[in-house]
Amino acid sequence: MLEAIRRDPKLKWAGVALIAIALLLLPFALASVGTAWVRITNFAILFSLLALGLNIVVGFAGLLDLGYIAFYAVGAYTYALLASPHFNIHLPWWAILPIGAAIACLFGILLGAPTLKLRGDYLAIVTLGFGEIIRIFLNNLSEPFNLTNGPKGIWSIDPIHVAGIDFGNATHIASFVVSGTIKYYYFLLALLMIVIVVNLRLQDSRIGRAWEAIREDELAARSMGINTRNMKLLAFAMGASFGGVAGGMFSAIQAFISPESFVLTESVMVLSMVVLGGMGNIWGVVLGAVLLSFVPELLRYTVAPVQRWLFGRAIIDPEVIRMLLFGLAMVVMMLFRPAGLLPSALRKRELVAPQDEL
Amino acid sequence: MSSEPLAAPAAAPILQVERIGKRFGGLVALSEVGFSIARGEIYGLIGPNGAGKTTLFNVLTGIYPQDEGTIRFEGAALARPTPDRIAKLGIARTFQNIRLFANLSALENVMIGRHVRTRVGVVGAILRNPGTRAEEAAIERRAWELLRYVGIAERANELARHLSYGDQRRLEIARALATDPKLLALDEPAAGMNATEKQDLRKLLEAIRGDGVTLLLIEHDVRLVMGLCDRVLVLDYGRNIAEGAPKEIRRDPRVIEAYLGKPREGEAP
Repeated sequence: MLEAIRRDPKLKWAGVALIAIALLLLPFALASVGTAWVRITNFAILFSLLALGLNIVVGFAGLLDLGYIAFYAVGAYTYALLASPHFNIHLPWWAILPIGAAIACLFGILLGAPTLKLRGDYLAIVTLGFGEIIRIFLNNLSEPFNLTNGPKGIWSIDPIHVAGIDFGNATHIASFVVSGTIKYYYFLLALLMIVIVVNLRLQDSRIGRAWEAIREDELAARSMGINTRNMKLLAFAMGASFGGVAGGMFSAIQAFISPESFVLTESVMVLSMVVLGGMGNIWGVVLGAVLLSFVPELLRYTVAPVQRWLFGRAIIDPEVIRMLLFGLAMVVMMLFRPAGLLPSALRKRELVAPQDEL
Repeated sequence: MSSEPLAAPAAAPILQVERIGKRFGGLVALSEVGFSIARGEIYGLIGPNGAGKTTLFNVLTGIYPQDEGTIRFEGAALARPTPDRIAKLGIARTFQNIRLFANLSALENVMIGRHVRTRVGVVGAILRNPGTRAEEAAIERRAWELLRYVGIAERANELARHLSYGDQRRLEIARALATDPKLLALDEPAAGMNATEKQDLRKLLEAIRGDGVTLLLIEHDVRLVMGLCDRVLVLDYGRNIAEGAPKEIRRDPRVIEAYLGKPREGEAP
């Protein structure tokens, strides 16, 4: 049935329009349940951005990166330092996000360059170390010159302003209230759309094919004239840039950041999203990010009530059982769908050899 | 330029290999190997297992650096050769133990071969402007052409790893041809093929030569080598022991001793 919808252009556009309307109305529906859910959705989108960036490195080029959160940190601190009272610099978001992406990109190349000859486990260990180095630097760069304010973090980070609209506060349109969180939702959604389009286009291009060739067989790729060094650096740089943009958005939304937000478990979380959704499949990765952002929150709200209903009181701390169920879900997933929820099946292009040429 | 000790071919040589040496630790894999291939030739490389044929291929295609000697391609010495630079210069290869991009379709495999002759970068890919779309269409058109050329167009959308052994070998040839090579180096292209497939392969290789591509091939199938090649180089223990037209090679006592063993009835000259 899905196939029929996909083939008929009218039905296809109707479907796209329906999804668009649903996405536009979603925050108001969520807000009526509870404002927290809009916020959770925002984080789901933020993690989708991150996972899509990591997917370029892990899914497309096949390079296992366990320190990806470092680029998120670089983007976040770039935003924080350029839009907060810390240095009393207050640049607009449209200047900072590209700067953050560029600096993260630079760090991506810094990480990529020494690891070009490493693959698999070895690359994973080095990238893991890189992620930790960045976090430890952030933690300690308050001396001798106070760059990052150490573990105390940076606060009062400027929210985003678009055309005079402050994203930090609610806007009243007549009697209609649009909260800051909802405004960020639209901003993030627009960003996600852009990143998805960029990813889809990269994947289906000369560059994307070169990455896939490296993933499949590096030596054969080189023998076909692909400069694997440059293409791997490009993958690291592109992935890192997306991480940097996501980090900038994180700063703007949170208004406070500290090194604690950029620990190894976060890298593992983003990697889990990529793997769970389906490495290399853009829609799968988004699905993985959304699921892993929502399910733990759903459990947070349901585990305690369910226990109370079953046993009369909450026996196990919701936080504990949440991780337990999360771990269990991952094990089950890997046993039954090792390629992810939406595996990157061969993109069966519906290309048929042009008839007249056959 | 030409201080070649070997019989100078009529046309200007496309590849000159001069006193190549390669060691792996204490093992001498190649020693003073030298030969030259004329443009448009089909040049065979034979020798018993472990003679150094594949090592020579790997040196020629930049996978290993040689310890001694020079390689000249179209008259220019290859400085700091790497596989991608070699491919760009116009030498393409296939592998003895087929190395396709197994989880990509046959079509995509060939499209990847076009990488080195196309230009679109990240910005072009993201903007997908008319130039990008035109290049992409040209890549696809050429890939289809090549799949038809080697005779596996009807398998274009199948994963490379689902193809039969013979078709995988053909796909490797199509992928190599996609790089627009001047010299195509084939490492045992007939291995694992049945008699009919070998016959088709021979026709294909002759057609490729007809299109102006010079061929260098390692092959164990003596009948194929003798029927197809203009000249043959015999390696044994990393040295060249004989070179010449297939007919001469067959009579060469050193070759008979090292490689062919005792001449069999019906095959001996």
